[in-house]
Amino acid sequence: MSAATLAGLTGAALVGFGLYGLLTDPHPLRKILAFNILGSGVFLLFGIIARKGAAAGFTADPVPQAMVITGIVVAFSATALAVALLLRLFQETGRATLDPDASAKTPDAGADG
Amino acid sequence: MSVIQALDIGLAVLVLAVAGWTIAAREAFASVVGYVAYGLLLSLVWVRLFAVDVALTEAAIGSGVTGVLLISAVVRLRRTEVPAAAERPGILLRILAAALCTVVAAALAAVVLLMPDPGATLAPEAASHLDELGVGNPITAVLIAYRSFDTMLEKVVLILAVIGVWSLAPDRTWGGAAGPRRIARPEGALAFLAQLLPPLGIVVAVHIVWVGANEPGGAFQGGAILAAMALIVMMARLAEAPEIRRRWLRLALIAGPAVFLAIGVAGFVVPGSFLAYPAGWAKPLILFIETFMTLSIAATLPMLVIGPPDRPPS
Repeated sequence: MSAATLAGLTGAALVGFGLYGLLTDPHPLRKILAFNILGSGVFLLFGIIARKGAAAGFTADPVPQAMVITGIVVAFSATALAVALLLRLFQETGRATLDPDASAKTPDAGADG
Repeated sequence: MSVIQALDIGLAVLVLAVAGWTIAAREAFASVVGYVAYGLLLSLVWVRLFAVDVALTEAAIGSGVTGVLLISAVVRLRRTEVPAAAERPGILLRILAAALCTVVAAALAAVVLLMPDPGATLAPEAASHLDELGVGNPITAVLIAYRSFDTMLEKVVLILAVIGVWSLAPDRTWGGAAGPRRIARPEGALAFLAQLLPPLGIVVAVHIVWVGANEPGGAFQGGAILAAMALIVMMARLAEAPEIRRRWLRLALIAGPAVFLAIGVAGFVVPGSFLAYPAGWAKPLILFIETFMTLSIAATLPMLVIGPPDRPPS
């Protein structure tokens, strides 16, 4: 098995790991982390497409590689915005939960915004 | 099985184990630390795919800058972990989710194994115009010449993210110094590193941007290193974070896309189409755009990491 195929299979497994964390972990920050693992798995799948497109003296197709570089930067900006939203939610309500019924279950603690 | 193959398999197992740890760790802090290690290991996988440009970006942005962002967030959210744990779905639901995720991963693995080799490629097209551009690194050529529209819009996305983060500030702190208030002034190792690293980091960053025209490197990677230097200086409080109402800060944020757009519009006049470079001028123009993009990335990333202002302007 070549290094590229192995990396592709790793990417497929990472998508599975990330999706599982995104679905089952209730904490929003852990969901953001899982989403990033899911994303890097998708990038890795792009990596194998780039590697299999090696031609014209290049070791890999530059177009998917450039798209992955753009993708990493965009994923970071989305992560930063998500983290800022989460911190603001925590600042406002004293909680960090996506459960819409949470305010009914626990009294509002530490609102200071 | 050769030594290289054994190392590849070991690396894949390690990446998956650390990713599994990041998902499964009981404490969020441990999970974030796992994620930083995961990003660094992943950049080794990118090196094995002969994608050194991607490896540099992953190590600098995917692991490094994201790591700083997540670590500071996890510390502030520490007391939300216990209530969240109570919301964890039941074992049956988790088994169902695991089964679903296994199916998705297996389908992707099947695609990987069935992929034609050699596959579809745009490499010959990318290679055929490199001489006209005068650029040796095909990825830089794709980013700043062939697909320059994508790259310009991506810079706009970064600015939109900064606007989004800033607009989360309460009204009374608008215009104030970015980021949470820090009371303690760190001493010792952090202050020492913040004095020692930036001169080296700036030289490395400029080198990476400059060689990016012909070798792995470029505006993203160099800009991320400059951003890291700015962050370490602000974390050690050798310099305070700038107030977000400052005009120089806002100019630095938009310099990259503004220069990119101006040259793009100028393309209507000389070669005759948007974002086209006049013959013979491609390389100087690409380096000119990259310089301003590096400045903008170096300003944008720290603003995204330290977050909205927490105190009113002085």
